[in-house]
Amino acid sequence: MNYGKEFTKGIIKENPVLVGLLGMCPTLAVTTTAFNGIGMGLSTMFVLICSNIVISLLRKVIPSQVKLPCYIVIIASFVTLIQFLVHGFVPSLYTSLGAFLELITVNCIILGRAEMFASKNNLLASALDGAGMGIGFTLALFLMGSVREILGSGTWFGLTIPGMASHTMSLFVMPAGGFLVLGFVIAVVCAIANRKPPKKLGCDSCPNAEGCDGSCDGKEEEAKA
Amino acid sequence: MASILTISPSPHVRSGMTTQKIMGLVILALVPSIAAATIIFGLRALLLVLFCAIVSALTEFVCQKLMKKEVTISDGSAVLTGVLLALNLPATLPLWEAAIGCIFAVAIVKQLFGGLGCNFANPAITGRIFLLLSCASDMTTWVKPFAYQDLSYGGVFTTTDNLTDAVSGATPLVSRDASLLDLFLGNVGGSMGETSALALLIGGIFLLIVGIITWHTPVAYLGTLAVLELFYVLGTGGEMTDVVYALLSGGVILGAFFMATDYVTTPTTGLGKLIFGIGCGILTFVICEFASMPEGCSFSILLMNLLTPYIDKLTRTKPFGARLEEKEAKHNG
Repeated sequence: MNYGKEFTKGIIKENPVLVGLLGMCPTLAVTTTAFNGIGMGLSTMFVLICSNIVISLLRKVIPSQVKLPCYIVIIASFVTLIQFLVHGFVPSLYTSLGAFLELITVNCIILGRAEMFASKNNLLASALDGAGMGIGFTLALFLMGSVREILGSGTWFGLTIPGMASHTMSLFVMPAGGFLVLGFVIAVVCAIANRKPPKKLGCDSCPNAEGCDGSCDGKEEEAKA
Repeated sequence: MASILTISPSPHVRSGMTTQKIMGLVILALVPSIAAATIIFGLRALLLVLFCAIVSALTEFVCQKLMKKEVTISDGSAVLTGVLLALNLPATLPLWEAAIGCIFAVAIVKQLFGGLGCNFANPAITGRIFLLLSCASDMTTWVKPFAYQDLSYGGVFTTTDNLTDAVSGATPLVSRDASLLDLFLGNVGGSMGETSALALLIGGIFLLIVGIITWHTPVAYLGTLAVLELFYVLGTGGEMTDVVYALLSGGVILGAFFMATDYVTTPTTGLGKLIFGIGCGILTFVICEFASMPEGCSFSILLMNLLTPYIDKLTRTKPFGARLEEKEAKHNG
């Protein structure tokens, strides 16, 4: 197993937000400032790594019939932990994240990684996967938070940007601006990662391949021409 | 003889109407409004219209070059978007904000979705809403009519910063203090193009006569709004003139004749257009009377733009004598 790859894939190639389009709710809701974005990202990363580790350790113990409730209980424990930590040490972040901090429990990135990765892989790989996905999530939220804060409030991490503060465009801190920025960030990341739709649809990616047995051969080309 | 026997697929009858001609005629129909705006708000209004038209055309050019597509600024649609957007702006808006609105309208709303014919919403309306939400204070600083004559606000390049509060007043939609005649002629504060109902009506009727637009949308829109306002006035015990007031103030007439009749983003059938107009009327009424936004016209048209594909699907006409195939009939219930 290539441990380096498990770690780096979450950052750009399989970025949970920008490629997987998971966890849209916190992505759009809390990214009004760069600080909120980072706070949300790091909290989620903590929960993600811890839950991945525990689920990976327990993967042979948890019966598959009740795996989802078990995952949720494990994730919710770590969310409670991080909630108390943030409340105690960064009260301002706790206030601005509001209910979204508790909602990390139902963040589909965490449940998705538990189901897709941690339940099938060993401890180290799961921890690295969680860290990579967490960094990808944090970077995406930081990027969105920065764009929205700079354009919408004329500040960055609360610091006023000269020349921007008097010409803020409040649309960008509104929900509609969140969607707009998300679209552009996804477009830019796709352009950087040079992801293009597959040019030729082979039997590998065809959902009907099983029942078809290649009997459609050649019809593809015909339809295109 | 040989040419008569040439076989070709349909369409066999072609009209001389091209995209270029349609856009040209609509711009021509907007000339009275541009003239009225120039008279009411000074040369700066004319400058803003020209500026927006040029920026929009440039944006289209740059986008199409970047996307390696055929450059189609000669069809005039980008220029029309710029002019329509400009007429939806207050005359004192800083030029850079107007430029952002134009770039948003043409680059994001139109070109990113595939260019003319593929945009899901009216670019000018969306550009205006973008600016309204982004630069709310500049967008709602209405200069009073003819202020440019009696103040030292002479410069063509003056922005809102140079104007005192004395010149800017609330739009008549909020203050409701203008006389009906002033509203009709345009002697009120507001966005450049929406103040003079007379100039807009001249343009609208011109478009109806040359057949660029049909009567369905404007009549349905204005009619619905009038009926609803009438009920509202009866219910709340206001004056009858309020009904006329609601029709004349704000961008309702501009929207009904020039925005809600856009070919790309509104339904194609007559029935669909009626539904579209009625929907716009209801939404405008609700937003004007019950929401905190003073101006409901742009939002109502944008929302109905989004419903257009469904209206089109529901009002699909069937060819003469055709029957729904059994499968399809069952499927449709």
